[in-house]
Formats: sequence, structure tokens, C-alpha cells
Amino acid sequence: MIVRVLGEGQWRVDDSLRARLQELDDQVSLALDAGDEAALRSGLAALADAVRSHGEALPAEDLSASDAIVPPADLSLEEARELMSNEGFIPDLPTPAS
Amino acid sequence: MPGLMGRATTIIKAKFSKLLDRAENPNETLDYSYEEQLRQLQNVKRGIADVTTAKKRLELQYTSMQQQVDKLDGQAKQALQANREDLAREALARKAAVQAQLDGIMQQGQQLEAQQQKLIEGEKTLQTKVEAFRTQKEVIKAQYSAAEAQVRIGEAATGLGEQMADVGLAVQRAKDKTEQMQARANAIDELTTSGALEDYTSGGDDIDRQLAQISQSAQVDDELAKMKAELGQGGDPPKAIEGAGSEEEAPK
Repeated sequence: MIVRVLGEGQWRVDDSLRARLQELDDQVSLALDAGDEAALRSGLAALADAVRSHGEALPAEDLSASDAIVPPADLSLEEARELMSNEGFIPDLPTPAS
Repeated sequence: MPGLMGRATTIIKAKFSKLLDRAENPNETLDYSYEEQLRQLQNVKRGIADVTTAKKRLELQYTSMQQQVDKLDGQAKQALQANREDLAREALARKAAVQAQLDGIMQQGQQLEAQQQKLIEGEKTLQTKVEAFRTQKEVIKAQYSAAEAQVRIGEAATGLGEQMADVGLAVQRAKDKTEQMQARANAIDELTTSGALEDYTSGGDDIDRQLAQISQSAQVDDELAKMKAELGQGGDPPKAIEGAGSEEEAPK
């Protein structure tokens, strides 16, 4: 499967990594619930790290869509909450002025 | 319950399936995607320019505050040499206050720098992908039926859409950081103009004036003593040169 780490790029990883990524994502959720920003960031860093170390980076000209998207590791608690609660965190595309 | 990874994936996919729904045939999808790509690239370029401007302002403020720190440090030494510990203490206290602001500015500068790097890399990747999309669309047009082309273009556009969302997020975050930084810079400017945090570099602050007074009065004493000695002034010689005065008096 293909995983994107926001702000970094895309990697092709073996499907067997899915369970591990899920586990790490659960830890990130716990950190968010606990309001622990340090744990949130280290959790996200661990997620990105797992993808990078077990995957093969896709070239920039590859246009494949990802199966999973990992938020950036320097996310603040506030940004993470925004991401969970509404769609405001990921901005809309710029639209025509008209 | 889906985690952050699941949430990010769902949101980005939903955003771009909406985009693709708006176009009904392959040509429209191509045109529409291309327009979006160009707008997004413009957006990124603007974002990079904004961050660059903000960084420049931060650097100017940093330099000026660094000068304040150096100056206060010099003043503290000067005050100590003149045996004015109270003045030295005051100068060092002000130095600590400026230093604290300086550290904050430095940290924000580093965050801004990181966002800028992400933007520059994001723009590069997006440009490469837009080029790849252009090439691929020609192949798709030549080799596939309309229905197949729709599917292929849909896939390519989704991949590209992700990149657009990725770089769009980088623009948004850089903008947030820039705004925070500007708010801080404005606050410091306001403090400086209201006098709460004096601009020590503009010269003539009270520590300076007091130090100048000390050295001036010392200089006046010295000159006065010298003049009196030269004139061989009698009458009421100041204590410091009493000896010299009485010696010169002798031959008279």
C-alpha cells in the first residue's frame, strides 16, 4: 500500500505494516485525548518513521493516490483537535475569484 | 474510533472526490484539474513570498535587539567601573528582559524557517507532479477509450489532488506561523514606542545619562584640579591638591 506523510512525500510499504501503523495511530489518539502534546508529536514521529524505514520512497513524478495519510509530526494539540473535529484543518483548494 | 491518520486520509479523499465529481468527461476533468493546479501553484508562490518578508522583518528586529543586549552589557561594565552597582544592576535587569524577547524571536524564526523549507520542497514536488500529469494525460488520450480514460485520469487527478492538499496545508501552516510572528513583532514595536521597553539603541537613555554625568563630573574635577595647579591658585585650594598649592605658595 502507499502511505503519504504530509509535508514529506509518499512511500510504498508492505501491506503487513498496516497493523503496526494502526497501533501507532491508536497511541496518537490516546495522546490527543490526554492532551499530551509531547506524546502526540512523538507518536506522529513514530508513525512517519515506521513508514520511512519500512517503505520505498515514490519518485516526485509518481501520481499514485495514497491508501493512508499521516499528519505532520510537528502538529500542535490545537491543530490535531481541529483535524479531528472538522474539515477546516485541511484547507480548500483556491477557487476562481468569480 | 478512527485516529488522526484515518481522519486525515478521509478528509483529503473526500475533498478530491468532490472535485472530480464536478467534471463529467475526461477533457473537463483534465481542464478543471489543470486550472486548480495553476491556482495552487500561485498560492504556494505567494505563501513563500509572505514567509520571506516576515523572516526579513524578524531578522531586523533580532539584530536591533542584539545591539540592545550588547549595549546594556557595556553599560553595566561601565557602571561597575564607576562604582555604581545600582546602575549596573538596572542595566543587567534590562538586558535580561530584552534577552528573553530575543530568545522568543529566535524560536519563532526557526519555526518559520522550517515552514518555509516545507513550502519550497512542496512547490518543487507539486511542479514535478503537474508536469507528470501533463505527460500522462497525452498518453491517456491516445491509448484509452473515453470510459477508461475517465478512470485513469481520475486516479492521476486523485494523486495530484493529494499533493495539492499537502502543499495547501503547508501554505496554511506557514501563514499561521507568519501571523503569530507578526503579532509578536507588532507587540514589541508597540512596547518600544510606548516606552515600556525602551529602545536603548536610540541613545540617551537614563543609564547612559547617569554614566555620562559620572564621567563628566570626574572630568570636571580633574580639569579643575589641573587648572588650579597651573594657575598656582592660592586662597582656598581644594583638598586634593592642597600639598601642591602650598609648595607653590612658598617662593612668593
